Amino acid sequence: MSTDPTTCQSAPVLKERGQREVFCGLTGIIWLHRKMQDAFFLVVGSRTCAHLLQSAAGVMIFAEPRFGTAILEEKDLAGMADANEELDREVGRLLARRPDIRQLFLVGSCPSEVIKLDLARAAERLSVQHAPNVRVLNFSGSGIETTFTQGEDACLASMVPTLPDTQARELLLVGALPDVVEDQALDLLAQMGIGPVRCLPARRAQDAPAIGSNTVFALTQPFLGDTHAALSRRGARHIPAPFPFGAEGTMLWLNAVAAEFGIAPDVVARVTAAPRARAEKSIAAAASTLRGKRIFFMPDSQLEVPLARFLTRECGMIAVEIGTPYLHAELHGPELDLIAAGPTLSEGQDVDRQLDRVRAARPDLTVCGLGLANPLEAEGLATKWAIELVFTPVHFFEQAGDLASLFARPLRRRAALSRQHPNFLEAAE
Amino acid sequence: MKLAVWTYEGPPHVGAMRVATAMQGLHMVLHAPQGDTYADLLFTMIERRNHRPPVSYTTFQARDLGADTAGLFKSSCQDAYDRFQPQAIMVAASCTAELIQDDPGGLAETMGLPVPVIALDLPSYQRKENFGADEAFLQICRALARPMDRSAQVSCNIIGPTALGFRHRDDLAEITALLCEMGIAVNVAAPMGASPADIARMGAAHFNVLLYPETAESAARWCEKNLGQPYTKTVPLGVAATRAFIKEVRALSGSTNPVNEQRLRQPWWTASVDSTYLTGKRVFLFGDGTHVMAAARVARDEMGFEVCGMGCYNREQARPLRALAQEFGLTALITDDYLEVEAAIEATAPEMILGTQMERHIGKRLGIPCAVISAPVHVQDFPARYSPQMGFEGANVLFDTWVHPLVMGLEEHLLHMFRDDFEFHDAAGPSHHGAKAQPLPQSAPAAPAAADEGGSMPPPSAPPELDNIVWLSCAERELKKIPFFVRGKARRNTESFAQEKGLSEISVDTLYEAKAHYAR
Repeated sequence: MSTDPTTCQSAPVLKERGQREVFCGLTGIIWLHRKMQDAFFLVVGSRTCAHLLQSAAGVMIFAEPRFGTAILEEKDLAGMADANEELDREVGRLLARRPDIRQLFLVGSCPSEVIKLDLARAAERLSVQHAPNVRVLNFSGSGIETTFTQGEDACLASMVPTLPDTQARELLLVGALPDVVEDQALDLLAQMGIGPVRCLPARRAQDAPAIGSNTVFALTQPFLGDTHAALSRRGARHIPAPFPFGAEGTMLWLNAVAAEFGIAPDVVARVTAAPRARAEKSIAAAASTLRGKRIFFMPDSQLEVPLARFLTRECGMIAVEIGTPYLHAELHGPELDLIAAGPTLSEGQDVDRQLDRVRAARPDLTVCGLGLANPLEAEGLATKWAIELVFTPVHFFEQAGDLASLFARPLRRRAALSRQHPNFLEAAE
Repeated sequence: MKLAVWTYEGPPHVGAMRVATAMQGLHMVLHAPQGDTYADLLFTMIERRNHRPPVSYTTFQARDLGADTAGLFKSSCQDAYDRFQPQAIMVAASCTAELIQDDPGGLAETMGLPVPVIALDLPSYQRKENFGADEAFLQICRALARPMDRSAQVSCNIIGPTALGFRHRDDLAEITALLCEMGIAVNVAAPMGASPADIARMGAAHFNVLLYPETAESAARWCEKNLGQPYTKTVPLGVAATRAFIKEVRALSGSTNPVNEQRLRQPWWTASVDSTYLTGKRVFLFGDGTHVMAAARVARDEMGFEVCGMGCYNREQARPLRALAQEFGLTALITDDYLEVEAAIEATAPEMILGTQMERHIGKRLGIPCAVISAPVHVQDFPARYSPQMGFEGANVLFDTWVHPLVMGLEEHLLHMFRDDFEFHDAAGPSHHGAKAQPLPQSAPAAPAAADEGGSMPPPSAPPELDNIVWLSCAERELKKIPFFVRGKARRNTESFAQEKGLSEISVDTLYEAKAHYAR
């Protein structure tokens, strides 16, 4: 890692501690349950957890909810033995109704952590009861331990110890991607002659990867610190690289993987030439709106650092502050090396103080959570909802233009409405 | 422990937030972990509020649990006071903070803040959102309202409207205008728009108008006892209820001002011949108790529908709703289990649902039209236009809203006439809707099939006693010629008829014998 003073690598980090305007890790269930098609996520928590899950996505996904909440009641809080029996009964009923389920995740919440309900033991007990049809695992998505995307990290990390052993030299892609994006990545790697490639999480339990000391893995998401550690403990080796956002990020990520597998640079260049040109062309279309605009990242998904790299280097934006819930030196290091010094780097949050900084800086675009977006818009500050960045396919070449236009759209919309936007009228008065 | 897929109500602290957010000059400090801030987006996204709710969250983490969460609460409370300078502070614990027993109320009282501190006790593991709203408003009144001289002119308070309520904004405007027409001043409307200083002068009103028992009945009772203010018992939803409400207000106020009914169009709209097709349409009602009870009367007496089922999710209203259901010859469904409601609707096979956003989804799945009459709300329930449910304009709105999901009258005739014309068929849905309606399922799906579709729980199959009745293929074909919006009812009636007659097979004749049997 460099200590180049012209990059963000050596910049001081503003560490904040106060009210955090972020989701807890349970939110990850909303995309994980779509990705793993034979998994069910059972939150052991309160009415608040259930309410969060149905509110977080902004819409209720009525078609196929493969998640639910076992709501703790007064009588469960009285005695622990009781709570375990109740849990066994609810799980039994659930699995009887859903014979297609192969993996059940017991998801810990703030209340279950505080009353120290031992979900690891419950998972072991239930795994024995429901073997071999269903494997029961557990992880915590509680707000006292996890922030938003850390829920996915905790989920994937919980799967690692259960994966079978192999001595095969295989590449493992780690991170939940939309199937269409995952297929594109697998196709590019196959064209370069890299394989076999496995994915974590697998779409179905039967496709779960095996790992061992010959496994090398590449992360597709920047928030998988615990999963990284768990895989390393199993002897797998990480391929450090910037994340595959934008044409440059995707290229650097593919280069790192190709180098690991000894693929000749001309092969990589031949395979990537056409999709890379397409990505650059589509980014350019959005970049004309973004160039020279100032952007402020509130901490949310841990995607902030790689996105700041993409937007500053490929779209010509100027980063004012890059806030992130956690700055993971090992994972984010290659990104910080690429970001020019200048922006404030902040970790954690004290939301009122950070909003003071937003108001003082008056950026052209603020990336923030849903709770803050309309209030900032009402103050005349354009926003981009951070949650769209985790719900929309944005990785690799073919989505690079979509990623850039997610940021361009709020600015284009304001321009389109400038004649009647309430803030412009106020300013005119 | 109870398994929940979707919930009708949030936790009680969300109810308290609805009160705090509706008010001005009040700040709430919630002892809560990271993540509970999701509740902010309910207000800023669903209701499109242009300000953050006036709520500070202490955001304790796992590492704080062994240390000083009480100290964290106190510093958050002080920071909130210093930054926002509210007229009063309300403090509460969310579900997790309730477990660590820091007693926010006691802590805040020791801080010597120069403004009133209102402590809430919200039992998160027993009660729900409506309780939280009702309790928060009660405690605000208890802390701030005092007996005082009545206003010289007859005046009232309007109580109940909160943030994130179903059409509360417009109901408040409509009823304020109605009272004004009657010569009655509105002293304070609360919680919506009121400040703690306004609450303090609630005692000047001569009586209270209670719009939503769900959120303000406890406060109404408290004011009656402690401020000597009677309160209105009629909720002015529908024409008859609005007229009854006016009568009740006249008795409480002595007002004799005439009320102009010229802009009330609903009675003529339902009496005009175009509405004949609404006669006897079977509707299923579900929502909060207040809206369902009022809607049941409107449905039967003002729209000419047949109410074939009703229920509510808030147990607080179970008793009056059960009594009303009995009056309608029905058994009320009191549950907050969405799957139970879905099963009841599927079994009843109504021609329309009047429900919440949850029932709208049920209707979509079952191919039954649905109009929304109650919270829980979604972004669609906050229209840009004026759209009250209460008063005379509200009655007009109810007519339009309830008729909109249905196939229009003449169109319904034509669909019956042409049946399966390849260009003009019922599966295309009402012609004034853009989206394609889903026809009712052709047969009760078996559980494994539902699992393949990925539903979290298989939909309930047909009642087991009907399993031994077989539809002959000619009868099945004939059934498919019946437009989808009555097909479910026809299937159900025919099966009941066959069962009653001890038949094991349904032929075309059985189908038409059943039709004659149930003719009305």
